[in-house]
Amino acid sequence: MRHLRAINQKANRVQQSLAPEPPGSAEDVVALQDGSGTPQQPEGPHIPLGCSLVFQPGWEADRNGGTAGLCQPVERDLFDCHRGCFWPAHVPDQLNHSPDWTGKCAAAQKDWRKIDLIFP
Amino acid sequence: MTYLSRGEYHTFAAADRQFLYLVPSAAVFALDEPAQALLDALADRPLPRQELLDTMSARFPDLDLDQTLEELEQVQAIRLTSNVGPAPVIPLTPVPAVPSVPLTTAVLNVTNQCNLSCGYFYEYSEDKIVDTATGAQPKFMSEETACQGIDLLMNESGDNRVVHVSFFGGETLMNYPVLRRVVPYARAQASARHKHVEFNLTTNATLLTEDMINFLADEDIAVTVSMDGPRELQNRFRVFHDGSPSYDVVLPRVKALLARHHSRPIGARVTLTSQVSDVVTIFRHLTDEIGFQEVGFAPVTTSPNRDHALDGSGFDHMVGQFKTLANEFLEAAATDRHHGFSNVSETLEEIHKGASKAYPCGAGLGLVGVATGGDVALCHRFAGSDDHKLGSVSEGLDREAQTQFLERHHLANKPDCHSCWARPLCSGGCYHEAHTRYGTSTHANLHYCDWIREWTDVCLRIYGELAERNPAFLSRFD
Repeated sequence: MRHLRAINQKANRVQQSLAPEPPGSAEDVVALQDGSGTPQQPEGPHIPLGCSLVFQPGWEADRNGGTAGLCQPVERDLFDCHRGCFWPAHVPDQLNHSPDWTGKCAAAQKDWRKIDLIFP
Repeated sequence: MTYLSRGEYHTFAAADRQFLYLVPSAAVFALDEPAQALLDALADRPLPRQELLDTMSARFPDLDLDQTLEELEQVQAIRLTSNVGPAPVIPLTPVPAVPSVPLTTAVLNVTNQCNLSCGYFYEYSEDKIVDTATGAQPKFMSEETACQGIDLLMNESGDNRVVHVSFFGGETLMNYPVLRRVVPYARAQASARHKHVEFNLTTNATLLTEDMINFLADEDIAVTVSMDGPRELQNRFRVFHDGSPSYDVVLPRVKALLARHHSRPIGARVTLTSQVSDVVTIFRHLTDEIGFQEVGFAPVTTSPNRDHALDGSGFDHMVGQFKTLANEFLEAAATDRHHGFSNVSETLEEIHKGASKAYPCGAGLGLVGVATGGDVALCHRFAGSDDHKLGSVSEGLDREAQTQFLERHHLANKPDCHSCWARPLCSGGCYHEAHTRYGTSTHANLHYCDWIREWTDVCLRIYGELAERNPAFLSRFD
């Protein structure tokens, strides 16, 4: 920091927490980590979460360039795009008119055919 | 539209510099001129980012103000808002109480009897919580109960390497025989658990004998003497049951104590009332003339309608005198000299560490009070009160009652405090004071908010001055 100077112990801790970590010292945040501390994917370049930020191997293509070993099934995209991502996928208005449009779809990969057809 | 608005902080000037005390983090930063100017510009109303930068760039044409803004945003001195009005008060989120906080301190009320009859003392005056004359609690704590209190402290202290035992009363020395036996017992218990135990004791000093003084010195027991100052002030409230004055009884005994006991600083504790409020005179007498190393002052805890209660002008007078002593403290500390005004040093330590408290003190958290009969309560001031009971020495600590207490008393439940910049240090103030004033320990002590803020500001300025002039002094709090 150039304009603020830490004076007490707490300020020093705040400053430390804000200091940029040296390259390579931090673990990447990678999709589908189980929190056990053991990386499920080999270390590599930084891959931000969210499909619109970069092309994400393992999401649209597996490590071999095919679709057999995707880290998430392609059917999940419908949900991940409209719930987990800022980009609103073209889905029905589940807040007002069609709150139950996925009511019969317990698991996307298995039940995606049960999703209701909605006509506006 | 997005605006930049001021975050929660208090600015103060010291050593020709501007400082920032951030809330709720309690971090203290020194500001440079551009950072201060940006905060000033947002002091009254939020502004759009570009408007703020345009205004300031004329004043600081060569600076990258984006960088300054970013730093202020990172420490949350500035925050984003979509509202042009005053920054909203953000309600605090209650944090679930940790169910098993280890104990650090047990205060043993070894007796609820006293040979003095101080008109203002909460334990006997009209403000009392517990009936010590005809109530269920015995007048003196038995050796067995005291030892059980020690066991409770040891058993509930978890991984704490150091535990503290405080002896309190009544007049503590009226139960001297039990003190003599419980100190070695506590040492043995601590040693068996590879812990270290420290003792302190509060007394009015009227009963001190040579044997007692030797015991206190040999056993390394820190002593606080309740004393109100020069003869006239001491004798105003601190009298025996027959009304006879105590000063001339106390003085030779205190001097003997100070002459013999050097292993711990011996402190005086002064209770300020509407009739005893001459802080500077009292301080001079107790330090220069009698020889106490530390003197702490506290306004009397009482209902506002009592004659001895401090009113608004009384508080103002008190703060004015505190400031005089605080400035003396600053000049002493800046040149590495000792000054015994303990009210300042305690607050400086909390500022240095950046304490941001969800609870005003350790009562019911790491500290408990044990009543003469063995009931465990929030602290010594509530010892024996059924409404504030947290178990007993025979049945153990009632962790469920403790959890309920902590949930009810969390700062998040004191909305009056949520807009106050002094809350990291005050956290609503003393439970007992609140109980006496408002009838419930959950209430914030609103009657001294202005005083707390003024006093905290004084201590912050001293902290800022010392940080610039003699930072080595502050490192003693590391």
